[in-house]
Amino acid sequence: MELIIIILSGILIGASVYLILSKSVLRIIIGTSTLAHGVHLMLLTMGELKRGNVPVLDAEVSSYADPLPQALMLTAIVISFALTAFLLAVAIKTYRELGTDNVEEMKGVPHDD
Amino acid sequence: MSALHFATLTPFLLAILIPFLFKYIKRIHTGWFVLFIPLILFIYFLTFIPVTAAGETLMSSMAWVPSLGINFDLYIDGLSLLFALLITGIGTLIILYSVYYLDKRTEKLNNFYVYMLLFMGAMLGVVLSDNLIVLYVFWEMTSISSSLLISYWYYRDKSIYGAQKSMYITVFGGLSMLAGFSLIYIMAGTFSIQGIVANLEPVVNSPLLLPAMILVLLGAFTKSAQFPFHIWLPDAMEAPTPVSAYLHSATMVKAGIYLVARMTPVFGGNAEWFWIVTAAGLTTMIWGAVSAVRQKDLKAILAFSTVSQLGMIMSLLGAGSAAYYFGDGDNALYVTAIIAAVFHLINHATFKGALFMAAGIIDHETGTRDIRNLGGLLTIMPITATLSFIGLASMAGLPPLNGFLSKEMFFNAMTYITEYGIFGIETWTVILPVVAWIASIFTFLYCAIIFFRTFTGKFRPEKLETRHVHEAPIGMLVSPAILILLVVVIGLFPNILAYSLIEPAMRGILPGMIGAGEFFEVDIYHWHGFNIELMMTIGVVLFGSLLYMTMQKWSKLPFYHRENDVFNTVYDTGYEGLIKGSQFLTRIQMTGRLRDYLMYICAFAILLFIYTMLRFDAFVISTENLSGIDPYMWGLMLLLVASVIAVPFINNRITAIIVTGFAGFLVALMFTVFRAPDLALTQLLIETVSVIMLVLAFKHLPKLWKEKTRPMIKAPRLIISIGVGVMVTLGSISAFTLGGQAGYTGISEFFTENAKSLAGGYNIVNVILVDFRGLDTLMEVLVLGLAAIGVVSMIKLRFKGSEDV
Repeated sequence: MELIIIILSGILIGASVYLILSKSVLRIIIGTSTLAHGVHLMLLTMGELKRGNVPVLDAEVSSYADPLPQALMLTAIVISFALTAFLLAVAIKTYRELGTDNVEEMKGVPHDD
Repeated sequence: MSALHFATLTPFLLAILIPFLFKYIKRIHTGWFVLFIPLILFIYFLTFIPVTAAGETLMSSMAWVPSLGINFDLYIDGLSLLFALLITGIGTLIILYSVYYLDKRTEKLNNFYVYMLLFMGAMLGVVLSDNLIVLYVFWEMTSISSSLLISYWYYRDKSIYGAQKSMYITVFGGLSMLAGFSLIYIMAGTFSIQGIVANLEPVVNSPLLLPAMILVLLGAFTKSAQFPFHIWLPDAMEAPTPVSAYLHSATMVKAGIYLVARMTPVFGGNAEWFWIVTAAGLTTMIWGAVSAVRQKDLKAILAFSTVSQLGMIMSLLGAGSAAYYFGDGDNALYVTAIIAAVFHLINHATFKGALFMAAGIIDHETGTRDIRNLGGLLTIMPITATLSFIGLASMAGLPPLNGFLSKEMFFNAMTYITEYGIFGIETWTVILPVVAWIASIFTFLYCAIIFFRTFTGKFRPEKLETRHVHEAPIGMLVSPAILILLVVVIGLFPNILAYSLIEPAMRGILPGMIGAGEFFEVDIYHWHGFNIELMMTIGVVLFGSLLYMTMQKWSKLPFYHRENDVFNTVYDTGYEGLIKGSQFLTRIQMTGRLRDYLMYICAFAILLFIYTMLRFDAFVISTENLSGIDPYMWGLMLLLVASVIAVPFINNRITAIIVTGFAGFLVALMFTVFRAPDLALTQLLIETVSVIMLVLAFKHLPKLWKEKTRPMIKAPRLIISIGVGVMVTLGSISAFTLGGQAGYTGISEFFTENAKSLAGGYNIVNVILVDFRGLDTLMEVLVLGLAAIGVVSMIKLRFKGSEDV
């Protein structure tokens, strides 16, 4: 199972990189958020999957799922959301100001040194 | 801090006052105030002559960075005293000359004298320092102040070019020298030159000796304008003439000579040192002499002549270094070479300084320095002509002037150097004296050209810029007259300096060759009888005269018209090439495209990853210890993969948003399966908010468009994405497997066991978030807050037109 999930997250990350390498700002933003998904799944997998119960203490349960990666990821999810939101705002702003969403066209004046 | 330290730093301290004097005392030429500094220093240094003449030395220490072994130690022996006297003595004369040369109404005297004093102080520091690092500091200071002085008329392009060139070349050498000094430190364990000389054993036996030697020599050769680094010197002639006379004939260019002389006790006695220094010196000598002949500008001739003469001194020092090979006893001939070097060093400073000043006078009075326009000045400027004649005769090596004596000694050294047959010298027996002899013929030739082209022939006032050509004011003539007087006096009574300056200087170059209380025998006299040296001098005069007589003929040859040195072309091409090359390098990587940069980053990461994994053979995969897969998981995973893969192909933004959201919700579902309720909840919430956010922004978002990319870009893009995916997968699998095999238990046990007892909570994840690792959460809240502020300011604030973000 773990191996399969790792491969899955590898595919997610590869696809995200492909998106990030595109020209359109919106695709880049979508790419960053799917990249986060891939990383999160991988983090979770590293702590061994499906061993034991939900990490909420219960007198009848003796084995719990690893709570530490979950705690780390909770933080990571919120941060990646903040990043996505900010990138989106930047994208809207640049589109409004520059009139383009093509990153190739967002260049300074060439040879202005 | 001793009086000696104070003396060394005086020029720096007083340089501070110069701008004030220039600004507030307008009536008096600022140079008059400056004049006292070198004069007093000169008198001060004269008081050391009895000390060094008695064979004693003086060391004065001051801590600077003692923890690194860098101390401001000053050391006075014959060698450093000789240089200090040259610097201050000629400095005095130059300042006096500059008072008349530079007009106080039109020139920026404050700059000039500040730079001049900086240079003087730096030069004193170079020759008096005993510590290698301190020597280096002063050395670079001479480079900087020299560049400042060359570009004194900074509105001229040629001055800037010359200053840059000299800066690049001398700083290149300076840095090599620093590297050499560092190697010496590694070998000897001290920066003190006297300390190194006193304990030579570890240096001589070290394999680093040769690299250190070459690096130090690079410093000395660039500074002393040795072949092929001589090219900066002729371009430095754009400086005002007092600067050329002072820096580029008498003092700074001798810093390299000083360094070689100072380092002779360390490196001398090695065949490499002997050959490098001698060969470089002789090559420089002949190259400079031949190049000088083709120049048409007075100062350019003098510049190449300086190059040539410095080469001569250098070759003598190289030849003399063989004295160390013998220890003591059989080295009299090599000691002669050292005498000749020191003697010619003094002589060159006297006549070359005077000649530069004379060239400056001619320039000042006629407005040109081009020998093709000059002529017939003998009757108009009789004093300058006389002074020039004596100086040139001395440079050409005619009796009874001092140049004759040093040239005789030079021939003597070069002819008899082969006697002992060391360092494979016998193979080259003939070449050394022949090269020396031919170079001397050319020296004679350019001396003749300078004199006869300038002072004899027809006076053609129409070619000159100044209408009324007349003799220079007396003040301008004083300094060259004093130097020429020295030329004559030393020429007639050469032994007056023998035991006051030359012998102590030799003790500085060859310490340990003689015991305490003993002295080198220095006896310079004119008549040696009819020996080979005299024949060589006669030959020089004959052939030189012959060449000058036939000048009409050979001056038509292309050789005469190719004034530009080959190495200038090399330098310029190299300089251009460096700029072009770096521009090319920048252009191919700094494309300005985000995609390219990301590709570079990813490609580099992949390559580094592959290398590391292969290097440590870290690819591990194991199917043990895995949990089972529920059948429905396959469906979940396929859906997720399909939705993510689909996104790049969607060209409709609402569809793209929906598919992305769908993928997010699938991830939330996975969290549920993996027993992470808090995560699932958060992911669900956040994905919802994200989708809402995207939809809210929908109106403002650009339409998606199908990207038309050339296959040239598409293929690498695909390869890199797949590469990153594979890299992450392989790395993670290996990490996972290795982590399982490592035998560590996670620290999560602790959280599980103590969540209740220590933190009083049942939800372990939440307890970790707010209790065990609460600081993370605090910062995460901060991130969220900052992002919120960022979003608001992005949306709310407006920029005007072209205002930069």
